[in-house]
Amino acid sequence: MATEAHGSESSLVFHPMDQFKVTPLFGDGPVHWYTITNVTLWMAIAVVGVILLLVVGSRGRAVVPSKGQSIAELTYGFVYKMLEEVTGKDAVKYFPYVMTLFIFIVFSNMLGLLPLSFTTTSHIAVTGVLAVLVFLFVTILGFVKNGSKFLALFWVSSAPMAVRPLLAVIELISYFVRPVSHSIRLAGNMMAGHAVIKVFAGFAPIILFSGIGVVVTPVSILAITGMYALEILVAFIQAYVFTILTCVYLKDALHPAH
Amino acid sequence: MEGNIAELGKYIGVGLTAIGMGGAAMGVGNVAGNYLSGALRNPSAAASQTATLFIGMAFAEALGIFSFLVALLLMFAV
Repeated sequence: MATEAHGSESSLVFHPMDQFKVTPLFGDGPVHWYTITNVTLWMAIAVVGVILLLVVGSRGRAVVPSKGQSIAELTYGFVYKMLEEVTGKDAVKYFPYVMTLFIFIVFSNMLGLLPLSFTTTSHIAVTGVLAVLVFLFVTILGFVKNGSKFLALFWVSSAPMAVRPLLAVIELISYFVRPVSHSIRLAGNMMAGHAVIKVFAGFAPIILFSGIGVVVTPVSILAITGMYALEILVAFIQAYVFTILTCVYLKDALHPAH
Repeated sequence: MEGNIAELGKYIGVGLTAIGMGGAAMGVGNVAGNYLSGALRNPSAAASQTATLFIGMAFAEALGIFSFLVALLLMFAV
């Protein structure tokens, strides 16, 4: 299982980026698109977690909610309110997509924090697919809803006529850069935090080899604890940021006029 | 210690692109600091602006992410 990705840990010499290796679960052949890897496994666990939370959580429908039901209701209400506030009331019919994005990302991020687990969202391949889908969805929706008026998004009518062509070029570039920044923000944040924890984990066993470990080992263990707390915060905030930017892009698609 | 000069330039370049991320850190700090000073002046309006805060942070951070992307490309693609 995940131990294969961390096989080199036993020798106390490991590379901080080793945790992001994609390895097949069964055997060690080449990775094809259909190969079941640790990415597949941890994505499946995330999906099972989402189903457990939302389906089992909403099964009771008690007036006084149980713990599971309150968490499910809080999550639902949180995303619903965010979409309503940022995008507006008319965007509520795209709520299922936004909710799916948020809850999948938050589960993947949080599961990645478990020891020996694999962070699926630390791979640009995963977040890139999510971001490109958002980009295509928003662009197509904008053209379907507004027709050619969608292009008003690039023509800043509040600016003086002379600078409008220049602004149009800048707006166009910033529009097409969206999927890049959208995906790399999430992947980069997840990857960087986990790599830092691993670097400190590499310093921790130094007490076994040298006297300086009396100082280094407690400091690095404290640092791991602090980074881990920060990572829990980051895992949530990055899911939130990804979702809220999706809401902002949706708003641009529904109301393109500047 | 002889090696090839292209490798040396590559790693110096990766180091230099990391400065760009420092710029993003300043930007994000600026957004958060200004939000806090505004929120302390008018706490009742603060809660409604947290979404704007995170959007502003995300946009400021995006430019740091581009330098991170350049660093990654230099390290692994060039």
